[in-house]
Amino acid sequence: MVEGLIGKKIGMTRIFVDGVDVPVTVVQADSCHITQSKTKETDGYEAVQMGFGLKKDHRTNKAMKGHFKKSGKLNFYKLQEFSGEDLGELKPGQAIGCEDVFEVGDYVDISGTGKGKGFAGVMKRWNFKGGPAGHGSKHGRTGGAIGMCATPSRVQKGMKMAGQMGNKKVTTQNLKVVGIRKEENLLLIKGAVPGSINGMVTIKKALKKTK
Amino acid sequence: MSILSEIEKEYLKTDIPLFRAGDTVIVNVKIKEGEKERVQAFEGVVLRRRGGGTRATFTVRKISYGVGVERVFPLHSPSVESIKVKTRGKVRQGRLYYLRQLKGKAARVKTRDRV
Repeated sequence: MVEGLIGKKIGMTRIFVDGVDVPVTVVQADSCHITQSKTKETDGYEAVQMGFGLKKDHRTNKAMKGHFKKSGKLNFYKLQEFSGEDLGELKPGQAIGCEDVFEVGDYVDISGTGKGKGFAGVMKRWNFKGGPAGHGSKHGRTGGAIGMCATPSRVQKGMKMAGQMGNKKVTTQNLKVVGIRKEENLLLIKGAVPGSINGMVTIKKALKKTK
Repeated sequence: MSILSEIEKEYLKTDIPLFRAGDTVIVNVKIKEGEKERVQAFEGVVLRRRGGGTRATFTVRKISYGVGVERVFPLHSPSVESIKVKTRGKVRQGRLYYLRQLKGKAARVKTRDRV
C-alpha cells in the first residue's frame, strides 16, 4: 500500500480517550485517487501519483485534462507521488481511503505550508532577546551587531537577521493517530498540524517512530 | 465547523445540570491513586463557564484553610463524575473575577430563588 495520503486540515478540538483529554487535529483525506502508476520499466522507479481536491472541468487546462483522462473522469488540484509496497495492486482511478493506509495507533509525519508571518524582526523570527526598552536605550527590538570588523570584513553566511517568516513548508514528526472515521475519511491526529485551516497537508507514515 | 461538532457530539454529556457563574456547586471528580480510583468532591462558587462543545470548561473557587483555591474542570470530561448545584447565586456578571479580591463576608454571593 502507499505510505501516505493528502488531506485538508479541518481544525482542532478535544476528545476523551480512556478518561483523558486528548487535543486532536482533524484532517480530512477524502477524494484521494491514484492518477498514475510509475514502474521500474517505464520510469526507473516504483511509485504512484495521487490526486487530491476535486477540480471542476472548466478550471482544468487542456494539458492536465489529457493527463487526468488516462485515470478516469476526475480532475484534481494537487498531485503528489508516494512510494510504498505492493504498488502493483493499485490501478489508476482507484480511490484510497484513510483506513487503507493508516490505523489507530500509527505514528505519522505531517507536512504543510506553515502560516505566513510576513517580514518579521529578529525577536519574533529567531527569538532574540532584544535590548532594554526604557532608560533612553535605543536598542529596543534591534538585533545588535552582526559580525566583526576589518577581518573578515564581511557578514558570516547564515547570519540570523530580519526577513520573511513562515509561509514555508513545515513538517511535524511523530504525531499519533488517535482516531479514524471511515465514512467521512477523517483522521484524528494528536497535537497540532502545520498550516492554517483548510490548508492542504501531506500525511506520511512516520520516518523515525513506529508503533 | 460542522465536521468538528459532529465529532464532538459523541463525547458530549447529556446529564449536565443547568448552572452558571455565581452558583455554588459540588463537583465530584474521579482521582486515580495508583491502581485505585476514588471520588473526591470539590465545592465552591462557579467563577465562569467558557468554550463550546467538548472544549467547554468551568472554573470553581473555594476558600480552603484561608487560601483561595481555583480549579478548572473540563465540562464533558469523564473524570468529572457529576455536578450538583447546591445554591443558585444572584450575580450581574458572567465572569466573577472580582471575587478574587474579596475576603470573608464580602466574598459571599447572594442566593437567587428563581432558576
